[in-house]
Amino acid sequence: MGAFGRQIVAVLAKDLLLEWRTKDALTAMLVFALLVLVTFDFALDLRPEVMGVVGPGVLWVAVVFSGTIGLGRTFAAERDAGTLDGLLLAPLDRSALFLAKLLGNLIVMAIMEAVTLLAFAIMFNVQLDLPPIVLTVLLGTIGLAAVGTLFSAIASHTRAREVMLPVLLFPVIVPVLIGGVQATGVALGNPVARDMPWLSLLVGFDAVYVAVGAILFEYVLEE
Amino acid sequence: MIASSGANASLNAKLGWATIVLTVIALCMAIFYAPMDRVQGIAQRIYYFHVPMAIMAYVAFFVVLVASVMYLRTREMKWDRRARASVEIGVLFTTLTLITGSIYGKPIWNTWWTWDARLTSTLVLWFIYVGYIMLRSYTPELEQGARFGAVLGIVGFIVVPINYMSVTWWRTLHPEAIILQPTPAAPPAATETLLVSMLAAFLLYCWLLAARTGLEAARDENRELEQELATGGATYA
Repeated sequence: MGAFGRQIVAVLAKDLLLEWRTKDALTAMLVFALLVLVTFDFALDLRPEVMGVVGPGVLWVAVVFSGTIGLGRTFAAERDAGTLDGLLLAPLDRSALFLAKLLGNLIVMAIMEAVTLLAFAIMFNVQLDLPPIVLTVLLGTIGLAAVGTLFSAIASHTRAREVMLPVLLFPVIVPVLIGGVQATGVALGNPVARDMPWLSLLVGFDAVYVAVGAILFEYVLEE
Repeated sequence: MIASSGANASLNAKLGWATIVLTVIALCMAIFYAPMDRVQGIAQRIYYFHVPMAIMAYVAFFVVLVASVMYLRTREMKWDRRARASVEIGVLFTTLTLITGSIYGKPIWNTWWTWDARLTSTLVLWFIYVGYIMLRSYTPELEQGARFGAVLGIVGFIVVPINYMSVTWWRTLHPEAIILQPTPAAPPAATETLLVSMLAAFLLYCWLLAARTGLEAARDENRELEQELATGGATYA
């Protein structure tokens, strides 16, 4: 493993250890995702016969909303603890820092999504064909987390950062949301879903978003 | 320092007058010269404003992309001022595109709004650059704001085709561009009117960009002077 890989592992290990000890982000995301599911049930009266049509949307809104909460903490937490300056002073490649933060977000979000998927299946009595759904959710999460990690570094330096992240993030991840909802719809056998190669589309989006994030990240954290 | 010095100001005034004259000509052509559309009737005439606004909005955001890349490479504030100015004009033009399109859609599609691919992607575009303006006003430090703005100016334009492709796959209803088809289906008078309207919209963009960039330069200089006064005030007092 080269120096670049070691830098990624070092930052990732630090973040995961911190998360393991506090469970701050995971708790917040999990509770929020479950609350979104429950709120949707009240708002839309989710009987089994409508789940085929609106189910994928409900699942993805829960993932995106609670994902945003976790993503917002990526750099805000470092700033609040006063450790961001240390991180920037460390002899780290900026792209390595970006990829480490991205991987950390991905791992925590994946745990949140596993629980959310389980709750979704049980609460709404949905038969899940696991392989395609897990693949779809993971691919969507990569795109979401890549843009989210880049923008959370920006938003953490602004006033009203809690507002700034979703305002910047949601318009940019529209393709991920469309692709994710449609692919999930196809996997759930939704008659309204358009049968297009959504998964390849998601892979393409992910490649663009991760590359753009890794390249532009160094300009965001400069001081 | 201030961009709108004497020569620039007179050039700006000339540009302004040219814009006004050409806009009046385009308006007259759209109302009296362009042929009546057999199917869509009088409602089709708003097309001569709807399409130029939409195209110039994309031009404005492309200028933001170029200015953002140039800012990150040179770190000269003039590029950031151009980006700032062009974002605002782009948002203005996108807003006008959405409004004129809505008025156009009401008699033709019998609805003010529909979640068609082009309408949806234009609305998403509008949100991205409104987010840019919010970001700039929420970032107090100028140099930092310029960097953040440049990053968003690049990301925002990169996702334009991606957004468009995803919503097209999702659904579409909007007519294909008639003028750009290989065998022109539009009569010459309609094409001429559209070209004059495009030129008027282009001049309007240039005029607003020059004026807005000059204003941003004056604002930056004012900010610098205020800081100078606050820090080294004692020496001048």
